[in-house]
Amino acid sequence: MLVLEKRPEPSALWRWLAPILAVVLTLVAGGVMFAILGKDPLAAIRMIFWDPLFNETFAAYARPQLLVKAAPLILIALGLSFGFRANIWNIGAEGQYIMGALAAAGVALALYPLDAWWLFPLMIVAGALGGFLWAMIPAFLRTRFGTNEILVSLMLVYVAEAFQAAMALGPMRNPEGHGFPGSRNLQDYPAAHNAELVAGTGMHWGVVTALLAVVIGHIVLNRHLFGFQVRLTGQAPKAARFAGVDADRLVVICLGISGALAGLAGMFEISGPSGQVSIDFNIGYGFTAIIVAFLGRLHPIGILLAGLLMALSYIGGELAQFGLGVPAAAIKALQGMLLFFLLGVDVFTNYRLRWQPGRAG
Amino acid sequence: MTMKRRTVLAGLAGTTAAAALGVPTFAGKDKVKAGFIYVGPVGDGGWSFQHDQGRKAVEAAYGDKVETSYVESVPEGADAERVMTQMALSGHDIIFATSFGYMDAVQNVAKKFPKVKFEHATGYKRAPNVATYSSRFYEGRAVIGTIAGMVTRTNKVGYIASYPIPEVIRGINSAFIHARKKNPNVEFKIVWVFTWFDPSKEADAAKALIEQGCDVIMQHTDSTAPMAIAEKAGITAFGQASDMSAFGPHAQATAIIDNWAPYYVDRVGKVLDGTWKSEDTWGGIASGMVAFAPFNENLPAEVKAAAQKMIDDIKSGAYHPFTGPLNKQDGTPWLKPGEVADDGTLAGMNFYVEGITDTIPS
Amino acid sequence: MDLSAIDPLVLLASLMVAATPIMLAGIGELVVEKSGVLNLGVEGMMITGAICGFAVAVETGSPALGFLAAAAGGAVLALLFGILTQFLLSNQVATGLALTLFGLGLSALIGQSYIGIKPPHFDQLDIPLLKDLPVLGLVLFRHDVIVYLALGLVVGVWWFLGRSRAGLVLRAIGENHDAAHALGYKVMRVRMLAIVFGGALAGLGGAYISLVRVPQWTEGMTAGAGWIALALVVFASWRPLRLALGAWLFGGITVLQLNLQAAGVAIPIQYLSMSPYIATILVLAFLSSRSGRAALDAPASLGKPFHASS
Repeated sequence: MLVLEKRPEPSALWRWLAPILAVVLTLVAGGVMFAILGKDPLAAIRMIFWDPLFNETFAAYARPQLLVKAAPLILIALGLSFGFRANIWNIGAEGQYIMGALAAAGVALALYPLDAWWLFPLMIVAGALGGFLWAMIPAFLRTRFGTNEILVSLMLVYVAEAFQAAMALGPMRNPEGHGFPGSRNLQDYPAAHNAELVAGTGMHWGVVTALLAVVIGHIVLNRHLFGFQVRLTGQAPKAARFAGVDADRLVVICLGISGALAGLAGMFEISGPSGQVSIDFNIGYGFTAIIVAFLGRLHPIGILLAGLLMALSYIGGELAQFGLGVPAAAIKALQGMLLFFLLGVDVFTNYRLRWQPGRAG
Repeated sequence: MTMKRRTVLAGLAGTTAAAALGVPTFAGKDKVKAGFIYVGPVGDGGWSFQHDQGRKAVEAAYGDKVETSYVESVPEGADAERVMTQMALSGHDIIFATSFGYMDAVQNVAKKFPKVKFEHATGYKRAPNVATYSSRFYEGRAVIGTIAGMVTRTNKVGYIASYPIPEVIRGINSAFIHARKKNPNVEFKIVWVFTWFDPSKEADAAKALIEQGCDVIMQHTDSTAPMAIAEKAGITAFGQASDMSAFGPHAQATAIIDNWAPYYVDRVGKVLDGTWKSEDTWGGIASGMVAFAPFNENLPAEVKAAAQKMIDDIKSGAYHPFTGPLNKQDGTPWLKPGEVADDGTLAGMNFYVEGITDTIPS
Repeated sequence: MDLSAIDPLVLLASLMVAATPIMLAGIGELVVEKSGVLNLGVEGMMITGAICGFAVAVETGSPALGFLAAAAGGAVLALLFGILTQFLLSNQVATGLALTLFGLGLSALIGQSYIGIKPPHFDQLDIPLLKDLPVLGLVLFRHDVIVYLALGLVVGVWWFLGRSRAGLVLRAIGENHDAAHALGYKVMRVRMLAIVFGGALAGLGGAYISLVRVPQWTEGMTAGAGWIALALVVFASWRPLRLALGAWLFGGITVLQLNLQAAGVAIPIQYLSMSPYIATILVLAFLSSRSGRAALDAPASLGKPFHASS
């Protein structure tokens, strides 16, 4: 029968071929789905994957928007990828994102209407710290008691969501908002506003930070002792212990990095594109970023590309909705398929199919 | 990962005192492209569903002269801004943004596309190419409050409330005032569920209210769960946003229906003939924005008559649901006898009227 | 404030119903996790079950067939997860999240023509004689059959995991798949069965919401129940009977706070709604601090990939 056999070395060819194969499979399966829905499959697929990039009506606007949409995903995914490599599972980035945003907005709103150059840097620190501290809860419980961090970090998302609703209805409510929930819009608060750096490019400090983080992440992972420790711990935990890697320290650092980056992403969103603390301003970036991290194979460059691909599917999906009347549900299903195929075909990077008579898997 | 919507009614906050001067005139069109963005899926059976019914009415009204499109489940903030920008780029003439939380995004996009008209539901910020519109749901609440006061036997009316925002508080006040008018012993039990749509939680809330003796249930949330629970318990309830009689053939006394169709047809028509201009519309029963499901045939004749009279009086302008004498919850006077509440106060209403025993959560 | 308006017996009866969807999904996920697999796609399987059950019940007029279809729908989605994670060795966390995304999309597509329709009525099973018992009659014996099915499944899973040989094998696989494999147990087969079972129960839980609790179909109607079910498994520290208790507690806190509000007690709702999750974290920390894993009952191989040759 057919069995999977582990390759001695991950296949360099498949590392490139697998994503391409996945995209082709998604296009075929998605095309079938659009046909069943009575939409022209080719038109739908062109609108989702081609038009945001090359259609002359949309591209000038949509291309920079890809960066804006992808930036928080990339930033969070990058932070998560270190932990994931070392088998440290922070799946509560959504909560850290919220707490980072609340900390940053809290600082800005408490000092309103301050006009000082140092406010924005202070908010950055507060955002990173908010996410970092929220991530330290699972880190502390894991290192102190051995508590499973997957579950603790997930539970903390719900706590953060309830806290954010309390903030939007209570202390952070806009006093000039006619009694409505939600804070002042930070876009109208110059010292706190994360504005576009060059008009029309979509570049804001969050995008710059995300791109910088990719470069730094790449260097750390490949050139730095910490990157080596992370990779070693993931591949051979026992060897890592012998090599003197302090497991607890690694947990704290990995959760800390991912929490801080998620908090930063929240800070840049709340002070820029999103603008306002509301009952539910979080829209799932923390969860989507987990998928992005795996699509990018936990590799900084891969995460950059995966983040952009995810962003493309969102932006193109919107075009297909109002351009062709494709329901939002079909876009969600298409994204789901893309993820399934990308996750599924990756097996060929590390394994190969072999015919082996008479052995069950 | 839950789905919520926010429709915070602002109405006439009066801050942008109709910048009608210097409004650019728009030429008429042979064909209009109208875009809609919804905060929930069109399949939510409530808020977004009703807006989409309005979109379909526009298509039915103008046939080939109009092309409509929509994007559903658009989060408020950056995503809404992007979707509206892309709609504007692709040649839409008018864009309806159907949630309060789109307010600032509408302003941003409208500045970039002065020739495109924007319509923002339930907000208060206008511009030469941004109009606002909303519905006086509290008029509907006055009608169901009247019915509730007359049909309750236990004198306990249950109210499932979403978020403590002016629209919801206004609705509670309106329903309470008119229930008390018919029945001085009536009490309201109010439960805040902090969601627009969570069937399980709404069902639990309805049950809790019924178990504590309520025999009439009102809801300001979107799912049909409370209606189904009321039907099972054999009590009275009121449909929200759309006719829910399929889920409560005996229970539903009537339903307050969000009917956006007349407004949407009118506004798109004005783009077609070139008479569109920025204004603020706060429509109610008179303009057809607030409509009702047929009264349940089980309702006693005098109840139907009283409810119908309330509808007629509000429609003709003979009666305003917030007419004095009315005191605030703490007993301080609010409206003198015969005085009518101004729209600004109503738009930002954040207090209960006298007689309600609940406290507004903060 | 009128606390006397709250009838504790009626409250308990409501709680039995409120707990049922998360109890079903939770007990299914418990078995999955005991076999060493973490499927975060519970929400996606629940919502798929909700629409499959609803559609079939409407088309056939039979809620019973609807529940069967719901179990099948959840199981099919779970099978997809199983194939990806067990045969193609994809990461379980990412695949589970993708499953939720896909399930939400798929269910909305199937459900497009079922909006605003009422499903056939599903009767409660007033048990003769027992239903008239004082106290217990009201609390225990006036529910529909799914409520009892959920309880039965909890007891069944408790027996299966704790008392049966097959359950022992499943736990052994969850504890150490390499050792279990060396002993000749079929790791993949057992895990696939567990995954499919978990999917079927999640589907049932979803259908209980769309066919009984609400009853209607709307997009996203499970509104996070799948995530609560995941929390519940942890809260119960992977023990079936504790899971039932936990489901009552989770459902109970909501029901209780709504009842307190109805009785006119002003409570800080946001802070109260955090409490089940904070309680879960505390329980988890407490259990893990005591004599390590033995007390925790956490499957040691949870979430780790298995390949026979590795």
